[in-house]
Amino acid sequence: MELMINTLTLTARFTVALLIASMGEMFNQKSGIFNLGCEGIMSMGAFLGMLVPFLYGGAGTVPGYINAAGLIAGALCGALMGLLFGVVVISFRAPQGIAGIGLQMFGVGLAGTFFRSYIGGTQSITGINAKAIPVLSEIPVLGPILFTHNPVVYIAYLMVPVAWYIIFKTPWGLKIRAAGTYPKAADSLGINVNKIRYESLAVGGAMAGFAGAFLTLCQAKMFNAGIISGRGFIAVALVYFGQWHPVKIFLGALLFTFAQSLQTQIQIFVPQFGYYEFLTMLPYILVIAVLAFNRKSNKFGPAALGKPFNREQRV
Amino acid sequence: MMNNYKLWFKISVIACAFLIALIAGAFVILAVGGNVFETYWIIISMPFRNFRSLCEVFTRMIPLTIIALGICVSSRCGINNIGAEGQMYMGVVASCAVALHCEALPKFVAVPLCIIAGALAGAAYGFIPGFLKAKLEVSELLSTVMLNYAATQFFLFCIRVPLLDPNEKTGTPMSSRLPESAVLSKFFRGASLHQGIILALILVAVIYVLLFKTTWGYKMRAAGASERAANYGGIDVPFYLIIAMCISGACSGMAGAVELMGVQGRAMSGITSGYGFSGIVVALFAALHPIAVIPASFCFGILLYSQVNLQILTSVPPNLVETVQGIIILIIVSVQMVINNPYALEKFRKRFFTKKTGLTEV
Repeated sequence: MELMINTLTLTARFTVALLIASMGEMFNQKSGIFNLGCEGIMSMGAFLGMLVPFLYGGAGTVPGYINAAGLIAGALCGALMGLLFGVVVISFRAPQGIAGIGLQMFGVGLAGTFFRSYIGGTQSITGINAKAIPVLSEIPVLGPILFTHNPVVYIAYLMVPVAWYIIFKTPWGLKIRAAGTYPKAADSLGINVNKIRYESLAVGGAMAGFAGAFLTLCQAKMFNAGIISGRGFIAVALVYFGQWHPVKIFLGALLFTFAQSLQTQIQIFVPQFGYYEFLTMLPYILVIAVLAFNRKSNKFGPAALGKPFNREQRV
Repeated sequence: MMNNYKLWFKISVIACAFLIALIAGAFVILAVGGNVFETYWIIISMPFRNFRSLCEVFTRMIPLTIIALGICVSSRCGINNIGAEGQMYMGVVASCAVALHCEALPKFVAVPLCIIAGALAGAAYGFIPGFLKAKLEVSELLSTVMLNYAATQFFLFCIRVPLLDPNEKTGTPMSSRLPESAVLSKFFRGASLHQGIILALILVAVIYVLLFKTTWGYKMRAAGASERAANYGGIDVPFYLIIAMCISGACSGMAGAVELMGVQGRAMSGITSGYGFSGIVVALFAALHPIAVIPASFCFGILLYSQVNLQILTSVPPNLVETVQGIIILIIVSVQMVINNPYALEKFRKRFFTKKTGLTEV
């Protein structure tokens, strides 16, 4: 029972990084850009999320607005990297899969380089700590699962309906969907497809950077070069799994984080279980299995996903 | 004169790209407080300082070449293999497991046996994403990346439990030292260059013949160039996708085996040292041509070797090399699109060459 409560509490908290990153990726993919560089953007976000409070106060406690500045710095850097990716895949119309790998190596490498020179070795920060909500958190079972988190977690959950509203109910969301479904038609109606794609890349990148910053500020409270460990790629896979719909992506993120948290909790509660590498493998295998048995979902994807738009081209 | 502008266009685009890469790298070096010219000078000059450091570069070329050849095959067939890292780990595990049982065998049996074991393991691991892509339409970009992480965990498990060295006292999980019969011997005393380079050169020829002189290679390239046209022409595209992934995986597995038997001598964590991803950059840099892989991997051998020197001689972190590789990928894919863009070519011609042709007409 304790194992389950712990697992679910961790799930509720740790979903956030994955959730925000895949929401960002959903914006990218809805507009027709397959951004595989999410991992690199998250790395840079994670590094900045660590750097800002570390420069201000080292390992000690820092005021809340500095932590918030860390989150914002991560998001800004993510937006910039999204735009950089946009230059390569939108303006130069490069193949998006390979370019994404380039962005990933660039981001992870840059974060590692800066980390070595600005922070040095393993350092920890206080970060944003979890706060239990006074009355609600005392409800048995549900209390600890739902109401013992830090404020950013609740903001992140709010992103799901917000993202849904933006994508499906605003003109800008409609333009994004049009650019990702049939850019030619969108263009003929006076929508600047490439501008919309740039915008969605900036928004998606900002969300990925924010997710990375969340990871260091609220979850790990430290940084190393491998801290993202595939979360960026899982976020991309989740978009497929969630059939490009915010609510389904949310459920998918919960499922994968559950697998991951269960794995850590089993290591704590059942230490005599000697094959923990296989447990660590579990979420990755789960992603592949889900993609393999869910191939119908490809049909829900944006029709122009991964295809660069060229105004001057016929057909 | 009339056709010259195409050549000049290519040269100037590549020169611009090279400059942009250098400048971007310089910004990173400046940001970490290094000396730009000193750093570049160390990267370029150190390998040629003496014979031993040149051998270090050649040693790094071996796995790079082998992996890049595999990537050439898969990319030409239209499937992006990003899983070389995982396939390499699988190759290391398999060849290590075989090698530890080869003590009694003579060298000329044991060495090929271990390399074949590595190749088979890599091929089997490459088969998975190939099959998933061909039959179940799973994006190979995602499945190979996920399999990388799974392979890393499997490798860590193997060196912690089944392959663990019983005499190891430091607590770092690693396998026993390979028996003498399964080690690739060095060419020169004191230099790291080992016999694996022969395998790498043979593979260059094999992959070149496979891609350009056999029907299999032709069909693979056709499948990569246009899947629908190939299908219409009666080529079983899914079959060749799977074969290409298996060959690609086999190459990565072999690279793992060679790295284990020639350099490290025992399986330990971090044995792949990022070769899987560097191999992708090398293959792109070589424009997916097997022969061009040799000079390309030489360039990247220099870059990877500089990691050692940067750590000793400067304050620039060796992670810089990974950053530079990322920049190079982004620039290569952009440059390819610019070079193949007829509008850009036309603009270039109008801007720089119309004046001269106009004069000759007069």
